[in-house]
Amino acid sequence: MHVEPFTDRNVSEQSAYYYVDIENYPVTGWDKFKQVVKRSIKGELFVGLWVVMRELIKFDIHTVQYPKEKLPIGPRYRAVHKLLRLWESGFERCIGCGLCEKICISDCIRMDTRIDENSRKEVTEYSINLGRCIFCGYCAEVCPELAIVHGDRYENASEQRAHFVIKDDMLTPLDFLTSGQQKEYPGFGAITPHEDERVAKTPLAY
Amino acid sequence: MDVAFIIETIVKIVVILLVFSALAGFGTYFERKVLAFMQRRLGPMHVGPYGLLQVAADGIKLFTKEDIIPQNVVKPIFKLAPVITAATAFMAAAAIPFWPEFTAFGYKVHPIVADVNVGILYVMAVMAIGLYGPLLGGMASANKFSLISAARSAAVFISYEVITGLALLAPLMMVGSLSLIDINNYQTGGISNWIAVSQPVAFILFWIAAFAETGRTPFHLVANDHEIIDGFGTEYSGMRWGLFFIGEYANMFFISFVMAIIFLGGYGDGSIAGALQLLLKVAFFFFFFLWTRAAWPDIRPDQLMWLCWKVLMPIAVVNVVITGVVILIKQGGM
Repeated sequence: MHVEPFTDRNVSEQSAYYYVDIENYPVTGWDKFKQVVKRSIKGELFVGLWVVMRELIKFDIHTVQYPKEKLPIGPRYRAVHKLLRLWESGFERCIGCGLCEKICISDCIRMDTRIDENSRKEVTEYSINLGRCIFCGYCAEVCPELAIVHGDRYENASEQRAHFVIKDDMLTPLDFLTSGQQKEYPGFGAITPHEDERVAKTPLAY
Repeated sequence: MDVAFIIETIVKIVVILLVFSALAGFGTYFERKVLAFMQRRLGPMHVGPYGLLQVAADGIKLFTKEDIIPQNVVKPIFKLAPVITAATAFMAAAAIPFWPEFTAFGYKVHPIVADVNVGILYVMAVMAIGLYGPLLGGMASANKFSLISAARSAAVFISYEVITGLALLAPLMMVGSLSLIDINNYQTGGISNWIAVSQPVAFILFWIAAFAETGRTPFHLVANDHEIIDGFGTEYSGMRWGLFFIGEYANMFFISFVMAIIFLGGYGDGSIAGALQLLLKVAFFFFFFLWTRAAWPDIRPDQLMWLCWKVLMPIAVVNVVITGVVILIKQGGM
């Protein structure tokens, strides 16, 4: 297992850290004058001029022209939520257990369920009030079915934030699923890699 | 006074007004771009190719914006102050020769509105009157930040008038004339004749003072954003604020012209090459204003006063005395 080496950030003989040597502030007028002359002759001002001129010549621009260019976001980024479907059947993964509703610390998830004709619990309404949501990720973490996850839509400017959280908007459309575009979420609550190897038999001693 | 002269003068005035208003606009574009490149940014990019039309967009915005006059301001003075800044900046341009004499369609053109024999004195005097823009605007605004800015501008401008005056005195003693054309002609014949070579101290002092006169960055305390919002411009909006802006940038261009003409040989012998050199020198001085803004920190008002009265002024006085002694010795008076 890799262990980060401990960096000693205390100032001591061994560590690379040291106190910056700051001269005492000048007190008398003559000392102040000497400091000004010293600084003028040392050319500190010209060092500053050179530094910015160097950047101008190097022309190493770091601007991202946002609407045209976008930076990649991390796979575990917690943006607007998504409801996923089962890969095999296309049914909704959500079983209406209500755990996300319960755990939500800003109390912004609301769901309505009913028993459908197949005696299966069906989620009729599912909404997240994004005005209150703090994107903590607890709902995704607690979800036993990996049904509610965070997506990658971070551009949530709209006339109404409710536009992002209607159930139909969050749910993966069926044609997306069949074309294999539904993405599993590697963030909170996802199955960790090598999960199968870690599964142990429940001892029968109970 | 004949009609031709009046028409010629009016044409010159209109040309200078238009050219330098446009230049002030492009100065803002240029400043944004240069600062951006020095800070690894791109600057304005969206309006027009490479953001070139940003100037037009800003102009339209300033002209069409609502002109708000707050309730408790002293209305006539509040309305007048931006005009003072812009007007004095352009009035100062009257005595500056922007280009050597040339002949167009058989008509000899002097590219100077009024070749008065006290040219530089006039320029400095009118630029000094420009102080009333920030001072009156700040005092009339009924805003504490504006008031602080007004007090600072009065202190800074008056103090640094002393430096400009004393720094100019030494070169003027050598030239023996106050006309900018005479000063220019004194320096014809190569770099060794430039006053910056014979009067380096005066040149540096005047350059430092120019930053205070135009309120540019190391001495930007008149409208220092992080301390006093926009200073005297806080309560202004729309084109009134735009006039302050045009005045500031026009002032930068004019003081660059003055420095180039007095210290760096101006347009030299009056050939086209010399005239282009003048423009290059002006461009350098203007670029330097932007360059320092990217590189140097602002200093405190008390440091600015200290620098003025305890460092620069004594140096300027000593410089004047030494110049006088040298001139006396050269003339064989001693």
